[in-house]
Formats: sequence, C-alpha cells, structure tokens
Amino acid sequence: MLVEKSDDKLIAATADGRADLPAVVAKFEIRRSRFLDPAGKPVRALPDFARDRAEMAALYRGMVLARSFDAKAVALQRTGRLGTFPSALGQEAVAVGIAAAMRRDDVLLPSFREHGAQLWRGVTPVELFLFWGGDERGSNFAQAREDFPICVPVGTHVPHAVGVALAIKLRREDRVAVCAFGDGATSKGDVAEALNIAGAWKLPAVFVINNNRWAISVPVAQQTAAETLAQKAIAAGFDGEQVDGNDVVAMREAVARALAKARAGGGPTLIEALSYRLGDHTTADDASRYRSDSEVSPHWAEEPIGRLRRYLVEEESWTKSDEEGLIDEVASLIDRAAEAYLVFPPPAPEAMFDFTYEILPRDLAEQRREALGAAAE
Amino acid sequence: MPEISLVQAINLALARAMADDETVIVLGEDVAAEGGVFRATEGLLDRFGPERILDAPLAEGAIAGLSVGLAAQGFRPVAEIQFTGFIYPAIDQLVNHASRLRTRTRGRLTCPMVLRSPCGGGIRAIEHHSESPEAMFAHVPGLRVVIPSSPARAYGLLLAAIRDPDPVVFLEPTRLYRAAREEVEDDGAALPLDRCFVLREGSDLTLVSWGAMIRETLEAAELLAAEGISAEVVDIATVKPLDTEGLLASVGKTGRCVIVHEAPVTGGVGGEIAARLAERALVSLLAPIERVAGWDTVMPSPRLERYYLPSAARIAAAARRALAYQ
Repeated sequence: MLVEKSDDKLIAATADGRADLPAVVAKFEIRRSRFLDPAGKPVRALPDFARDRAEMAALYRGMVLARSFDAKAVALQRTGRLGTFPSALGQEAVAVGIAAAMRRDDVLLPSFREHGAQLWRGVTPVELFLFWGGDERGSNFAQAREDFPICVPVGTHVPHAVGVALAIKLRREDRVAVCAFGDGATSKGDVAEALNIAGAWKLPAVFVINNNRWAISVPVAQQTAAETLAQKAIAAGFDGEQVDGNDVVAMREAVARALAKARAGGGPTLIEALSYRLGDHTTADDASRYRSDSEVSPHWAEEPIGRLRRYLVEEESWTKSDEEGLIDEVASLIDRAAEAYLVFPPPAPEAMFDFTYEILPRDLAEQRREALGAAAE
Repeated sequence: MPEISLVQAINLALARAMADDETVIVLGEDVAAEGGVFRATEGLLDRFGPERILDAPLAEGAIAGLSVGLAAQGFRPVAEIQFTGFIYPAIDQLVNHASRLRTRTRGRLTCPMVLRSPCGGGIRAIEHHSESPEAMFAHVPGLRVVIPSSPARAYGLLLAAIRDPDPVVFLEPTRLYRAAREEVEDDGAALPLDRCFVLREGSDLTLVSWGAMIRETLEAAELLAAEGISAEVVDIATVKPLDTEGLLASVGKTGRCVIVHEAPVTGGVGGEIAARLAERALVSLLAPIERVAGWDTVMPSPRLERYYLPSAARIAAAARRALAYQ
C-alpha cells in the first residue's frame, strides 16, 4: 500500500499553475499477490518455505484433510446424523494458509468456514463433528485452548479479536490475534468498528476476509460499491491487500508477512482472500435458486487443491503413490473420527445449567433439579 | 470515615479493584482524561496509567465486544457505556457472546466482564438519557444484573461484580449519583450478588423496589408510618438473580406487597417478582399484589418526566389499596 499524506511533494504538485484543482492529500493503492497460477505454475519466485518439500506437502495435506472433513460432514448431514453444515468447498487454501503461517500460541478467531485452519491447529475432527452435531463439548478444544469457538452470528467475533490483541499488547507478548470472516461480514458495523479500533490502537491483529463472492444469495457486487474489500483497512488507517485465495502459497506468505509485522509492533493488516464458494452456503441452502452452473463452473479451474497438486507433480515429483497414500491416510482418519463422533456418549442434561454461570444461582439450581426430575421420568 | 456520594463510591470501588487486581482494566468513552462524564473514573488515569484505563473510540458495540476478547484472555474489563440510551449496540455482544461464552465452550473460555452504565430518569437530561432497561438484561441467561441504591451498596456490589467470574450489567441510578452521602469504608468487602436488602422493617406490608425508586419508596413508607401503617422496604439490588427467598421471607410475614419500579410496567421485573410471589406465597397473600411502575410510554423528555416517574404519593396510595382489600 502506498500512502502519501499532505506532504510537500503533493502540495508542490498542485502549485504548478493549476490552482483550480483541489490538492491531493492522500493516495492509496491496493496490491494483489499470487505465486501459483491456476495451472500450478509459479508466476514469480516462490517464498522460502516453498523450497521445503515437506512443508509444501503439509499444505497440500491440510487442504485435502479439510475437504475430506467437509465431504464427510455433508454426507453425515444428508443422512440425518449431523446438523446444518456450511461447506468450505473450494476455500481450503484460505483456511490452511492462515493456520500454516500462525504460531501455535497465536489466537485464532474463526467464523464458520475455517475448519481447515482449526484442524491444522489441533482441533480434532471429532470436536468439529460434535459442534456441528449440536454438542457444545465440540468447542471445548483439547488443543488450541485459547482459540475462539466457531462464530455463527456474522462478523460479531471481529471485535473479540480486538480485545484479544489488546490483551496481548498490554502483556507485551509477541503473539497475534488472527480473525477470519466472510465478504458479507464486511457490511457489518462490528467489522468497521473493530478495524477502526485495531488501527487506532495499533494492535497485533491480522484480519482475513474470505471473499468467496457470495453471502448466501447476495454476490459481493451487491454487498458493496467498494472496488475491493481490502480497502476497508485504508479508512481504518492500516494496510489492506488482496491475495489469490486459491493459491495456498500466496495465502501463507501474505499471512506470514502480516504476522511478522504485527509481532514487530507494526499493527494490524487486512487481507482479502479472493476465493470462490463452489458449494451451497450450507446444507440447508440450494444455490441453484440464485446462481447458474455457468456462473460456478469456470471457478473449478481455479480451485486450490488441484492447483497445488499440479505444482507438486511438476516441481516436487509428487507421485501417484504419494497421492494415493495421502488420500488413504486422510480418509481413514476422517472415517475413524466420524465413527468416534457417532458413538460419542450423549451430553448430560444438567450440563446446560452447569455452564451458564460458574456459581449457580439458587433459582437456577431449583430449575436444574426440576429439569433432572423431568428427564428421569 | 468520610461521607461520600454514590458516584464517589463507584470511583472508590473501581480504584480498590484496580489496586487489588492488575487484570482489572477500565475502558469506555471519555473515561480516562475526562474521568467520565459523571466523574465516576476521575483520578484513575493519574493513579493507574493509560494501560489500565483506556479511552475507547466511540463504538459501544465494539467496547462490549472487545471486552469479551479481553475477558477471554484473563483480564477483567470494566467497560462504561455513557448512558443506557447508548447501550443497545452492546446488547448483541452481551446476548450472543458475553453471556454464553462459558456455556458454548463448556468453561474453556469465560467472560468476567462488567458493563457499567448510568440509568434512569429524574435529572432533566435530554432524550435517550433516562431509560431503565434492566428487564431486557434480566431476560438474558448467563448475565447478572445489579442496581445499587446507596453509596455503601454501590461500593460493595461493584466490587462483587468485578470479582464475579461471569458478565455483570451494573446499572447506576443517575439520579442518586450525588443525591445523598453516607460513610463508606474502603475495606474491599464485597456484598453478595444474590441477596436483597431489607432497608426498613415493617409488619403491615412489603414495599419492593430497587435503584433510584428506593428514595420514593422510603418516602412512601414514612407517609404510611404517619398514618400508623408499618411498611417493610426491600431493596432488590440484584435484579438477576432475584433473591426469591428474601422476598418470600418479607411477604410471608406481611401478606401484602407493592412493587415499585421506574421502568415501564409491561414486561418489567415487577411482573417476574409478582409471578414468583403468586407461585410461592399465594397462601400468605392477604391482598392482590400491586405494581407501581413507569407507564408503557416512551420515557418522556424532562418537561413531562415528573408525571412519568412513580411518586411517593402513588406508592402510598397503592399501599392503602392493598391494606383496604378485604
């Protein structure tokens, strides 16, 4: 981003005889980054981490795992064994790029399409199945204990990231709060307020918009007249940039850069990841009501997993047996998780009382007794 | 021991909590350099510095939201909303997040935050500065709602609210901020968050109220005493959770009850109190429960305010009806 505020150069530029023109007091630029094109071909020198084959294979595995989880979750929902589920099909690079760049002790504040990031950070597929199966225990992560739970009310978790980042700054830690949300969320006041405060207080936060182009049925062009969503950062006084959200290398690189800046005291960054929602909004949605196949199908050529696979095959001698080995490993992991989820002991009815307050009020204790009596009958 | 006003007691409790616990952070609009529009946070910036008391940008929703993030990270934010008329953008955060973070994560993340706000009418303020929205918050599971009615109770209840492991909405009656002074010992002692307070003992009927209306209620008790009627006055103080046992003890003794509140009558906390008494104390009741409350109108601007706020005369009249009931 280029920012030029009313400096001498700009004032001088208006003093060249065109005094009728208003002085330019600020200029802004939004940049977009990409490393791999849809064919998996590097379009520029790759970042250092890409030299490590194991690292690239891990990114690939992360995305395959996310998609595999996704497919299983949809299948479980379709057979009545899971609640409504929002598939992240086609957006795996956004989630995995975020998580791969983060340190373990950073804090992730996800919306509801970041299971790829959660899985990377050690949230288990069983926990995620439990959450989407309607069980609060799914958000009591055994790992990533400080990460926030999935946030369903759109954009309302973005101010939480400001609070987490403020806590980090007040304690002078070098951790970062990383918050993901969708293109629809950028229309909300919560997001505008949060970005503004993060900028004003120069907080260690990274905000990532997964711009999958659709907020349920509303395309992003109807969401805003702004040319980019990244420019929402400009009004908040910090950097915003676009990233090819189908390129996991670009995602990881951009988030890593933003994290390094935040750790160094440089304040927040807003990253707009340009992805595409290949599936329905959720299992309760039928996207054919508002968009055609001809709108969707070209985006399959952009999707992130095929793109990285083509790169791996071409540049890292990724073989058929590498591929099959990975697919088998991930499928078996997800199958086992689904089985464990399906036989997970049901929650105790009293749990709804026991976690409403730490100190149970007397009238609620009475209701608890009544509920347990009713449950026993 | 010095005599201090209610707003000074709030200040004293904030300073005490900040001195005792370095995770207590005060934030809000104009709370630092200005010391709050009512001076509730005066002097805290000098004493504790800009990392303990923060002037937030003007965004009530985000003030509540970032308090959730701070609290989940182990801080104890005490956020001020300048007036209850501006508290509504914060309700989304209170309802969807602060009140349920513990439940949603099965105790992994919690939200020990306090949202303070001046409430109520009677100070001839412009519109949007005089409402009493406690019932809205009392309806939300996971929240506690506290309204003090004296300097000493403001001190003890605010300390309790800050130390409580769950979110508390702490509403401070603006009309009482400087109305009366009393001796308050800065001993760091908290009051319980689930007990009502008997402010005046009596045997003929129970007057139940909270917040600023305690003044008119006590005045009504004086009027009644002059007529030979012995009224007990109960300050609810913790609107949520309600101290049902405390109420039953008083009404069980007197058999008559008048509930007084400033908020509109319909859907007010008085309805909940009346329902509990009807469920649990019907056999003790000698007369129908009366409610003397704000009308179901928009809170009027100052010129009509005195016709809106329940008066001691209205309360006393309701008490006489209850006593005359055969």
